[in-house]
Amino acid sequence: MKYIILFFGICLFSCNQDKKVVATETNSTIVEESTQKETAISLEIHDFNGIEKYLNFKDDKTYVVNFWATWCAPCVKELPYFEKLGEVYKSENVEVILISLDFPKHYDSKLKPFIIDKNLQSKVVVLNDVDSNTWIPKVDENWSGAIPATLIYNNGKRQFYEQSFNYEELETELKHFLN
Amino acid sequence: MKTLKTVFALLLVATLFSFTVKNDSGGYEIGDIATDFSLENIDGKMVSLSDFKTAKGFIVVFTCNTCPYAVAYEDRIEALNKKYADKGYPVIAIMPNNTDVKPGDNMEAMQARAKAKGFTFPYLMDKGQKVYPQYGATKTPHVFVLQKTKKGNEVKYIGAIDDNYQDASAVNQKYVENAVDALLGGKEITETKTRAIGCSIKV
Repeated sequence: MKYIILFFGICLFSCNQDKKVVATETNSTIVEESTQKETAISLEIHDFNGIEKYLNFKDDKTYVVNFWATWCAPCVKELPYFEKLGEVYKSENVEVILISLDFPKHYDSKLKPFIIDKNLQSKVVVLNDVDSNTWIPKVDENWSGAIPATLIYNNGKRQFYEQSFNYEELETELKHFLN
Repeated sequence: MKTLKTVFALLLVATLFSFTVKNDSGGYEIGDIATDFSLENIDGKMVSLSDFKTAKGFIVVFTCNTCPYAVAYEDRIEALNKKYADKGYPVIAIMPNNTDVKPGDNMEAMQARAKAKGFTFPYLMDKGQKVYPQYGATKTPHVFVLQKTKKGNEVKYIGAIDDNYQDASAVNQKYVENAVDALLGGKEITETKTRAIGCSIKV
C-alpha cells in the first residue's frame, strides 16, 4: 500500500513539474528536450540577446534576477532565499528570475535534475553566451563577472549586487524597491 | 575584564579588516604598481616575483582547483607558461580561496592537481588571503599581466584569458596572449581590461 501511495505521489509530482515548466516555455528560442523521463523538463536557453528582455521589463513588477549555476556553491546556498522571497512577495508584485550559467554539457546531467530535486518555483532561464566580455557590462558596468550576482529592478530603480545574500539581507534590499 | 578587552580588540581588528578588504576590492587599475609577495608554492618553497631576476614581467593568474571555469582553463594556463616563460613572462598562479570553505583547494589538493595536470608554473597558496584583495581579484580565473619597469611591476592587463571558456578551439580573441605579445613587441595593448564569468573567491 505504502508503495502505491509513493508511486502516485511521484506521478503527481512529475505531472506538476511538467505543467509548470511547459507553461513558461512559450517564448523560448531553443528548447532542449530530455530523453529521460525523470528529467523530462525543457530548458529555456538563450544567448545574451535573448536574456536582455528579462533584465529590462517595463511593467509594474519588481524583478529580482539572480545569476547562478549548480556548480557555484554560494549560489546554491542562497537559492532557497530567492525562492522564499519570490513566494513571500508574490502578492506585492515581485517576480524572481533565476538565470543559470551552467555549462551546456551539464544541462541534462546537473541542471535539470537540480531544478526537479529542489522543486524550483521561480522561473529558470539559461544563459549560454561565451562572449562574456561583451555582455557582462550590459548587465552592469561594475560587474567583474563573479557569481553569485543579483540584479533588482523595477520601473523606478535599478541596483546590481556582486555578492552573496542571506534572506534578511535580500529582503532588506527588496524593500527599498517596494515603497 | 581582560577577556572582555581581548574580545573587544579582536572585534575591532575584525571590523577594520573587513573594511580594508572591502575598500581594496577595487584593486589595481592599469598602470598601478603591483605588490610583490612571498607565498608558499606546492613544493614547499616560498616564491616572490623578485626571485625571477631575468623575467620581463609576469602573467599572474588567480585560479583554483574547484571552480569549473578555472578547470576549463587549466590547460590554457599551462600553455601560456610554456609559450611565454622562456620569453620572459612566466605564469605565476595563486590560489586565493579560503581552504576551510573549499577543502578541495587546500595545499594537498593543489599539489595533486598540479601533478596530475603537469603544471610547470608555480602554484602558490594565498595563505591568509592577503594578496588577492590588493590585486583586486574577485574571481577565479582572474589574470593580471605585469611588466617589470623601473618603478616596479606595472599592471598592464586585467581580466580574462580569452573569449571562449567552453571551447579553446573556438576562441576568437586571446586576450592575454595579445597583451603579452604587445609588451614583447613594444606595442600598445589594444584591450587592457576584459571581463569573464568566474567563481567568486571564497572568504
